[in-house]
Amino acid sequence: MPFTTREIESPDAVTQVSAADAAVREPDDDIGEKMVLNMGPSHPATHGVLRLVLELDGEIITKATPDIGFLHRGDEKIAENMQYNQFVPYTDRLDYLAPLSNNVAYALAVEKLMGWDIPPRGQAIRTICCETSRISSHLLGLGAMALDLGAMTVFLYTFTEREKLYDLFELLTGARFTTSYTRVGGQIRDLPENFIPQLKKFLDDFWPSLDECDKLLTRNRIFVDRTKDVGVISKERAIAYALSGPNLRGSGIEHDLRRKHPYLDYENYDFDVVIGSAGDCYDRYLVRIEEMRQSVRILRQGIDKLPSGPINVADWKNMAPPKSRVMTKMEELIHHFIVVTEGLDAPPGEIYFAAENPKGELGFYINSRGGGVPYRLKIRAPSFVNLSILPELLPGCMVSDVPAVLGSLDFVMGECDR
Amino acid sequence: MDPFFIITSLLKIVGILFVVILPMVSYAVYAERKVSAAIQDRLGPNRVGPAGLFQPIADMFKLLLKEDFTPRNVNTFYYWLAPCLAVMPAIITIAVVPFGSTLFGVPMVIADVNVGILFVFAIASLGVYGIVIGGWASNSKYPFLGGIRSSSQMLSYELSLGLAVIPVFLLVGNLRLTSVVRYQIEHGWFIAPFVGDWMNPWKWVLAVPMIISFLVFMIAIFAETNRLPFDLPEAEQELAGGYNTEYSSMKFALFFLGEYAAMITGSAVIVTLFFGGWHFPGIPDGSRGWIFGVINIAVFFAKVAIMIFIFMWVRWTLPRFRYDQLMRLGWLFFFEIALVNIFVAAWILAYFPSS
Repeated sequence: MPFTTREIESPDAVTQVSAADAAVREPDDDIGEKMVLNMGPSHPATHGVLRLVLELDGEIITKATPDIGFLHRGDEKIAENMQYNQFVPYTDRLDYLAPLSNNVAYALAVEKLMGWDIPPRGQAIRTICCETSRISSHLLGLGAMALDLGAMTVFLYTFTEREKLYDLFELLTGARFTTSYTRVGGQIRDLPENFIPQLKKFLDDFWPSLDECDKLLTRNRIFVDRTKDVGVISKERAIAYALSGPNLRGSGIEHDLRRKHPYLDYENYDFDVVIGSAGDCYDRYLVRIEEMRQSVRILRQGIDKLPSGPINVADWKNMAPPKSRVMTKMEELIHHFIVVTEGLDAPPGEIYFAAENPKGELGFYINSRGGGVPYRLKIRAPSFVNLSILPELLPGCMVSDVPAVLGSLDFVMGECDR
Repeated sequence: MDPFFIITSLLKIVGILFVVILPMVSYAVYAERKVSAAIQDRLGPNRVGPAGLFQPIADMFKLLLKEDFTPRNVNTFYYWLAPCLAVMPAIITIAVVPFGSTLFGVPMVIADVNVGILFVFAIASLGVYGIVIGGWASNSKYPFLGGIRSSSQMLSYELSLGLAVIPVFLLVGNLRLTSVVRYQIEHGWFIAPFVGDWMNPWKWVLAVPMIISFLVFMIAIFAETNRLPFDLPEAEQELAGGYNTEYSSMKFALFFLGEYAAMITGSAVIVTLFFGGWHFPGIPDGSRGWIFGVINIAVFFAKVAIMIFIFMWVRWTLPRFRYDQLMRLGWLFFFEIALVNIFVAAWILAYFPSS
């Protein structure tokens, strides 16, 4: 058809000129005073591969267009082609700064579909996983924000602490970064023997170190000047844009899924939901600092009340039985074979489960038609939603504010682009 | 002209430039990395040679061997000129700074001109052209923003820089930097006048505007040398390197060396103006034997090294200012302080019982 060929033909010189003439000009920019600055996808302040197209008037941003998708891997489509447990490693790569809590959130979502409640010890272990990864993620958020504002030393201090956390993760899961720790119905292994003493030692060392970063930044005049009244998100806008996590609480809204819709065992832990007041970068920074302290509180309680007992559900038809039984009992051997080859037998139906992850509300919507493979799996990525406010937040800021705003929104592109 | 004068001058130029300043620049980079490592609880360079001491040489070879890439659409002449302009003023400035007393009767200053400090300001201000021209010639948006920031930053801080030193020259009555040092030998360092009739309370009253002068001057030098918290023109995290984004190989290295050379020169000027130059209480000058002449030079560079350490300490502790905050600070705070400070110093001086 001639019509179609014309569509895909590259425009000739005459068409290009007429297109340029017909292009809409900004009414208030007749003499072309504005400059379009392309920030990213490879730029030190954009934490990965976010691309911002900024329209500048001098150093002041008049228009900001975020361009995402450089890290798109099609995780949701991938999930439709594999068994539930096989998708666990993919959750590591969502918010890769807190892989453990992604594992937990995903496992909890599928368990909700299965109608399972894992034993108390398993829940306590998952709580410990979630909170350690929250500390790890917030430490990076804090360090990267400081780094973007020029305080490189804080970044290295936080990385020293994260290094210790990675050692803990390695002890727990065998991997430092891509943990893949949970399975639907439990964990791959119990806590190693010396995990709890090492975690205690970490918590003791961590508190003074956090205070040190706090002292370097919180009262630092330059840091306060750079972050206060910058990137202000009002309560209404925060709700309108469906922000979640520290970005929402920084605007003064007391919303924490651990409190509002308790999962795991969070209703039995004593912790404060930290909220800010002004909703600027400084408040979001303060919320993160204080949330780390609350995480330490939760971890200490978790260590104290860690119950003994099984860590996984004992539904051998859907959860691979332990090796000792597989090797000795006929029936368990058959179960193992079925579970490994066909996956668990999920009931048909749809569920949505959201967990309070370090970056915000990480939700999994699962549409199941029965069997071991989801029909559709949708990931509600907090970073994606949090970034949607950028076109409204950035205009009026200066170029120097972009790192502060981006740092305080604390996003991860692995999760945003999925 | 006196051939002896020409030969000694040449010896001084070659000596100070190739034996002291250039190695000092490359080892300032090494020191920066070691100091930052110490501050950040790391080890720093420790692979090349003992304690990583050959690291600067390895860095230099690496930079020399890299591809010297000239992007398309740059203004080639200015693109090549900018790195030279960045490094030269810092080195020229050192000519008027007295780095020692006398050695075998030869005064240890390359050019003892009677416009001393004016020469310093005139030449040091040229350093900004390297950055501005580099930013313009690169024909790229990030360097362009860096160049613009740099020029406005210089304008704001050059003023307080000039005003801050006026109290010093009110006291000395002479722009020659050697006379500043002579005055401080007789009356004590401006910051801490412990020499001579140090019991005289007026001298301590006079030290107050001097300390203010020193602080303003030092902060202005921070801004002048583009170091954190004033490194807006390069602002790694905002402008991805700023004015030097499009530069590679030795041209980039020249910008880098220019920054460190400016830091050394700035430290040398601060030491001369406020810390008594090469003078240290109790150590006689070079007229009492060549060994003292050498010691005086060593004292001067030790003081410079301490100043450089302070530069680095500040850099690795503080975050960076924002463009408008920097301007506000420069125009609404330091400018006023420096101006009022002149009047305070003049008023004290008017009632200073001259002995």
